[in-house]
Amino acid sequence: MLTSAFYFIAFVTIFFAIMVVASKNPIHSVLYLVLTFFCISANYIFMLDATFVGMVNIIVYAGAIMVLFLYVLMMMNLNSIAEQKRSVLFKVSAAISGGMLLVVLVAALKEANLQIQHEVIATDQRIGSIKVLGYVLYSKYQMPFEIASILFLIAMIGAVVLGKKDAGSKTIGLEPVQ
Amino acid sequence: MIPEIFQTVPIEHFVYLSAVLFVIGVVGVLTRSNAIVIFMSVELMLNSVNLLLVSFSSYHQDPAGQIFVFFIMAVAAAEVAVGLAIITMIYRNTHSVDINDMSRMKN
Repeated sequence: MLTSAFYFIAFVTIFFAIMVVASKNPIHSVLYLVLTFFCISANYIFMLDATFVGMVNIIVYAGAIMVLFLYVLMMMNLNSIAEQKRSVLFKVSAAISGGMLLVVLVAALKEANLQIQHEVIATDQRIGSIKVLGYVLYSKYQMPFEIASILFLIAMIGAVVLGKKDAGSKTIGLEPVQ
Repeated sequence: MIPEIFQTVPIEHFVYLSAVLFVIGVVGVLTRSNAIVIFMSVELMLNSVNLLLVSFSSYHQDPAGQIFVFFIMAVAAAEVAVGLAIITMIYRNTHSVDINDMSRMKN
């Protein structure tokens, strides 16, 4: 039951990921990407017993980041501007190089021994629970956690400075500055 | 306790799934010319790496992998905020987000 569910979810995830790249309309790409993230979160929650990471994945990726993408796309109204066509030769060579990368990755991973080499210490606690993750995050990884807050501050300042209109421009909204 | 999925599905299949997702992201970056779609392909690649980290974390029963996923999510959120601000600025100046229009530095 769980096995067939894994293969079904994997198939659906790959299908949605291909649709992200293949769909012509960028809005459809965003919606397919949200579905891909939901499938990956289902993998986290039901298969891998990582409940908290799955919830955070839905909230942060499917909730916040994708809404930001959708907001920017709708503000730009790109449907009136057709995407420039890449030549067929370019697309074919890109697909071939991607396929070669996949072949190299799979061939390298076939040789690798991924099985557990040492005895895993059996604990009653579930690794994906908030209790275990919170303890590790606030003890062993406290310093990176604090640095991440500085990163967010810098990113916020950068986004505001970049998105601000130029002081000399008289245009409103997204009109071009001449 | 190791999740029971690993009794029937080997860890290799999770690795192959994330490899396929990563390659789809690479092909998206190479083929599309809309800057926002390229950005979304990069997000797809980040998520495939997250999937790999979480599957190895629960296979080896080590919470450090899931902590790394949190940091990747934090960096991705900051990256999206700054990147979309840059794309909005480019759109304001050139009225296009096509990357072929952004290669003006060559001339």
